[in-house]
Parts: sequence; C-alpha cells; structure tokens
Amino acid sequence: MSSLAVARADHRGPRYVEDVIRAAVVLTMFWGVVAFLAGVVIAAQLVWPQLSFDSQYLTFGRLRPLHTSAAIFAFGGTALIGTAFHVVQRTCRARLFGGAPLGWFVLLGYQFFIVTAAASYLLGITQSKEYAEPEWFIDLWLTIVWVAYLVAYLGTVLKREEPHIYVANWFYLAFIITIAMLHIVNNLAVPVSITGSKSYGAWSGVQDAMIQWWYGHNAVGFFLTAAFLGMMYYYIPKAANRPIYSYRLSIIHFWSLVFLYIWAGPHHLHYTSLPDWAQTLGMVFSVMLWMPSWGGMINGLMTLSGAWDKLRTDPGLRFSVTAVGFYGMATFEGPVMSIKAVNSLSHYTDWTIGHVHSGALGWVAFIVFGTLYYLTPKMWNRPAMWSVRLISWHYWIATLGIVLYITAMWVSGIMQGLMWRAYDELGFLQYSFVETVAAMQPFYMIRLLGGLFFLSGGLIMAYNMWRTIRGEVSASAVAAPRAIAA
Amino acid sequence: MPTKIEKDALSGQDTTGHEWDGVKELNTPLPTWWVYTFYATIVFAIVYCVLYPSWPWINSHTQGLLGQTNRADLVRQLDAQAKDRGALVERIRSASLQEIRKDPSLLAFAMAGGRSAFQTNCMQCHGAGGAGNTGFPNLVDDDWLWGGKIDQLYATIQHGIRNADDQSRQSMMPKFGVDGLLTGTQVAAVTDYVMSLSGRGQATAEGAKIWQEQCAACHQPDGKGNQELGAPNLTDGIWLYGGDRNSIYRSIFYARNGSMPAWSGRLDEATLKMLAIYVHSLGGGR
Repeated sequence: MSSLAVARADHRGPRYVEDVIRAAVVLTMFWGVVAFLAGVVIAAQLVWPQLSFDSQYLTFGRLRPLHTSAAIFAFGGTALIGTAFHVVQRTCRARLFGGAPLGWFVLLGYQFFIVTAAASYLLGITQSKEYAEPEWFIDLWLTIVWVAYLVAYLGTVLKREEPHIYVANWFYLAFIITIAMLHIVNNLAVPVSITGSKSYGAWSGVQDAMIQWWYGHNAVGFFLTAAFLGMMYYYIPKAANRPIYSYRLSIIHFWSLVFLYIWAGPHHLHYTSLPDWAQTLGMVFSVMLWMPSWGGMINGLMTLSGAWDKLRTDPGLRFSVTAVGFYGMATFEGPVMSIKAVNSLSHYTDWTIGHVHSGALGWVAFIVFGTLYYLTPKMWNRPAMWSVRLISWHYWIATLGIVLYITAMWVSGIMQGLMWRAYDELGFLQYSFVETVAAMQPFYMIRLLGGLFFLSGGLIMAYNMWRTIRGEVSASAVAAPRAIAA
Repeated sequence: MPTKIEKDALSGQDTTGHEWDGVKELNTPLPTWWVYTFYATIVFAIVYCVLYPSWPWINSHTQGLLGQTNRADLVRQLDAQAKDRGALVERIRSASLQEIRKDPSLLAFAMAGGRSAFQTNCMQCHGAGGAGNTGFPNLVDDDWLWGGKIDQLYATIQHGIRNADDQSRQSMMPKFGVDGLLTGTQVAAVTDYVMSLSGRGQATAEGAKIWQEQCAACHQPDGKGNQELGAPNLTDGIWLYGGDRNSIYRSIFYARNGSMPAWSGRLDEATLKMLAIYVHSLGGGR
C-alpha cells in the first residue's frame, strides 16, 4: 500500500487545505514574539516596578494575563490549530472537513478571540480566574469557534481514507474535547446585563476554587501537554524519518494520561479550605501521572534511535528532541511538587513560576519551534529554511535563556519558601515579606536576562522564516541534509 | 486496506503494519522499568489513600488509618509553639511594661517578638525600619503626635487612632476651607503664619489673628502642639503631610485626620506589649 499512499499523500493539489496552515504558521511566529516580548516587559517590571509608568493600562496586573494568554492561547493555540489541520489531513488522507471556509473560520475566529481578550485585559475587563480571564461575551465567542474546530477535526477523522486513526489524532482530539468541557464548566456565569461586560460566576467559595483548578490544571494537561504530544507524534518521526518507537506504549500512556490528569487539579489547593480528602486524591493522582507522562517522552526520544546523528545536522529536530527532554524534566518535577510536604515549601513561590516555564519554554515553545522549522519549507515548497546556521544560533540562545530562567527561579523560589518559614531562636518569624522580595531581586534580573535571550532567539527565527517564505535559499541551507531528506 | 508487518532493520522490532503519511510504528513491548515504576506509583497511591483521608462517601469520606487532618496538624504545631514560648509569653502578659524592661531575658524576648509582629503588621505603613512615610508617622524620631512614653505608645497600639474602637484616640481638625470656616485668602494667610513658626518667611497680622482664633486652642499659642489632642508640633520642621507651602495650605483647607486601626482584639495582649516595647526602642521613646 505504501507506494500508492505515499504518492497520494505527497500530492499537493487542491486535495489538502493548506492556505489556512500557512497563515497559522505566520501567526504563530507573530504571537510567539508578542508573548516573549510581553514576558520580558513584565519580568522587567518585577525588577523595576516604576516601568508601569503609573498607567493603569501598563500595570503588572493587566500585562501579566496578557503575557500568559499570548503565550498559551495565542502562540500555543494558533500553533495547535495550524498543525492539527496539517496532521489530521495528512494522516487521514482526507481534505479538511468543511474545506477552506470552515478552516478559515476556525483560525480567524480564534484570532478574533485572542485580540478581544487581549484588549479586554488592558481595559481592566476580567473575571479574575487564572488562564480564564476573558469575560462572558468572549467566552461565548470562543465556544462557537471551538465547536467549529471540533466539527472540522472530527469530520476529517470520520471521513478518513486510512483504516486506523493515527496516535497523533487521539491526542489532538482529546485536547479539543476536553478543553471544550473545561472551558464551558469553568466559565459558567450570569452577565449583569446583556450590554455590559461584567458577569458573576456560577460557582462560589471552595467549589469555585476547585473548578478553577480542575480547569487550570487540565489546561496544562490537555492544552499544553496532550495537544503538543500530538504534534510530537507526527513531526518527530517525519523529521527523523524513523518509525514511532512503540505502538503499545502509545496506547497505554495515552489512556493512562487522559484518565489520570483530570483528577490532579486539587494539588493546586494543598493546605487551603479544600477538604483533606480532595487534597489527598489530587496528590496521589499527580504522583501516578509520572510514568504516563514519561511514556510520551520515551516514545519521542526512542523514535530517534538509529537517527541520533541527525541532531548534529538538523538543528530543527534538535529543538523537538530537547523539547521532549524538558517535557520529561517538567513532568517529573510536577509530581514531586504535588507531594504535600514539598508543596508546603514550593507553593506560592517562584519555584512554581520556574516549573511552569520549563514546561512552557522548554517543552511547548521548543516543540513548536522544531515543528515550524520543519513545516515552513514544506508549506512554501522551499528546499529548506533560509539559514540552518541561524536555526543553530536560535537553538543555543534559547536554550541558554531557559537555563538562566529556570535556575534563577529555582534558587529564588526555594530561598523565598525557606525565608517565609524561617524562625529565630526565640520562635518568632525571622523575615518580613518585603525582605523576601528584596532578596529575590537579583534573581529577577537573571530571569529577565533569560527572557531577553529567549526573545532574541524568537526574533532570529522570525527573520529566518521571513527570508524562507520570500523564497531565498542560502548556500548553507542547500548543503544541509534536511534538504536532501525532504 | 492490506497491512504489511515489516521488520525494522535497526531495532529488529516488527512494525504494526500500518502507515500514515509515511509514518510507521514499531510494536516494541513496554519498557519493563517503565511498567514497574508505574506499578510502584500506583501502590504508593493505594497505601497513601489507606493511611490518609481520601475517598468521599455521600456525607463523609474515608478518614485514613493515621487520622491525619490539616487542621489537627495546625493545632498541634500551634500547641507546640505555645508550649515552647508559653512560659515567657505568660510572664510578658502578667508583667507591667516597666517590669519587662528591667528584666534582660524578658526584654530580649519582647524585642524579638515585637520586631516580628512589627514586620508582619506595622511596616506596611510605617516602613521596614519604622521611618514612616507621608501620612504615616516616623517612629524613629522623638516627635510624637499622641505621646512617646511607653504607656502612651501601648494605648495607641491597643486602641488606634480615629477608628470605631470606643477607646481609640479621638480628635478632629476642622476642614477650614471645605466647610467655609475660612476663605482661601484666609487659609493662605494662616499658612504663611504656620510657615513662620518653623522660621520660614514673615507672617501677616491677619495670619496671626486667625492663628489665635482658630488654631492656638489645639496647637497651643506657641505652635508646639498638644499630645492630648494629637495636635502636632508645628515648630520643629517635622511634617507628616509635607512642609512645603502647598502641602500646608491643603492640610488647613481639607484637614487630614489620618487613622490607625485598633490592634487590641487582633493581636494578643503579650504581642501588644512586645510591640510597644519594640516601638519604644526604635529611637524616639521617652
């Protein structure tokens, strides 16, 4: 079957919807730079608070959700929509259900959601739920777009011409369905008026907290983990030109991951008014998540066996593989931090921020970079990226940025936690809160430096992508093995 | 769709026989270490659930063999702390402020406890070192609004200033401009008089007349203030709300009447005493 399948799959006629994907690639790059820049700005504000210039629009409180939403929803989400449409069409050998019109509606409708949400944050319109800040009218719009996304995706899977559904599609589908459920339940609210932005949430008290972190943790589990594993399952074997390491492992770790993740949210509420029993369950399910998470890492890394030499010559693939490494590190650190004794030290400190960023920068952004370096020449019919050397520069600058970021946050967070709980010899608290803040300032500077490195890498990538799309090919790229492999 | 199982030359594993857009899968068995580590985490979870409160029933939940709860842990920790510090805390509670200051071990304990309580409750307004801020008095100098003797400090900390506590320090400067007691020109004239009290500029006869009629009763004819009323000394060049002409004008026109919460009821008696001793020691205690 393979010769026929390959011939048909490589056919680039009107069969596949690709304009939407090309737009998504460019938009992902754009939002990436925006998100990194916003991160650098708020990191600088934490060192020099006067950088809000006494303007309500530039306060940390408004820019911080702008940064997180730009990173997760704009950069990550746009990458997921684009790659989901690419992967599902390719691995189902079917044109996108609903064709280009539905594809454009999903992509542009999602962009409209992003822009509306960002504008609302700056204007101070928020329902104050972390990662679910947009108010009711924006939530309703996203629901419509998301259902369209599900229809396009599921429709394509249903009309596939392959007998089996490829593993990447399980992950993308789990992501789309679960995010729909989480989004709707967490955002249930009653608007004060049909013409006003303000609403009151349907949940209150500890139930509200629990639902918020059921949402919040599974936004990590399904948006930032499952979906990007879907990305990994297609683009790593394609770039490495090797079969997936283990089909059995993919089944077991997929089902154990989606089953266990959904319970783990209470670890965000250790030692709060959440009942003890719920805290216990949140912790033990998080601990059990360790191996299911590592199943994905093993399948990603071991797919490289027999092709490790490609890492020397293909810095794009190096991004993807490093991403899987960071994924393994973050999904080990996560269960450790969910243990109550550890959490009593780490919770509310910068350690959490560092943990999130080893996932967000190391795993999510790196797997997206690797994917875009593969996808850009493919989508624009170029033999390779304009400059392989610039990919390598991007790789080292970004990696150094992450290392600076997360080591600074480890030191700062653990120091902060230890200072909070330090007693003097007579049994009184040793430090005031502001003394802990002052002690963290040097690490905030290191974090800012790491962020600047990461942003610089993003700008290098955007430039490289622009030159590639313009159709230029440098001498170094022509000599690169990826051009031959492609 | 016919499938063809192939052997991967590099790993020696069979493929599953499927292919998607050129991507194949090997049928490698699960890594043994992975399976057993996964089992180990499951066993850990089960044991932990048996030992600690975990699964919910309709009206309750399993309590766990250890009978642990966060609340009980907290009570135990607070009890342990109370036991460690209890004797000294009790001596602080029962001793007078003067007695505490004469006993070196009690004084050291009170200074440590007072410093800790100050950093948690007071520094937000009065600053980390007690040097104050605009609107929040400096506690390091010897200029006191309501008195710098230790019993006076203790009373201020207990009951606060201009709040709902029925023993709080009470007084109110009129809003001379807002309430129409003085015209803008008159406020300006008395502003010049107030500035002349700290040796800046010349006062007019009108300013002096208004001072005598409106201000001298509380701030005293010589401007040195009255701690019974919390009326600041206006001659010492120390200004709570700014000493420039515009700030003084606004203080007279709008009045200030800053307030401080009552800490009695929020902090226990021993902590209040330790705070009084600590603040008294900051530099200005009388």
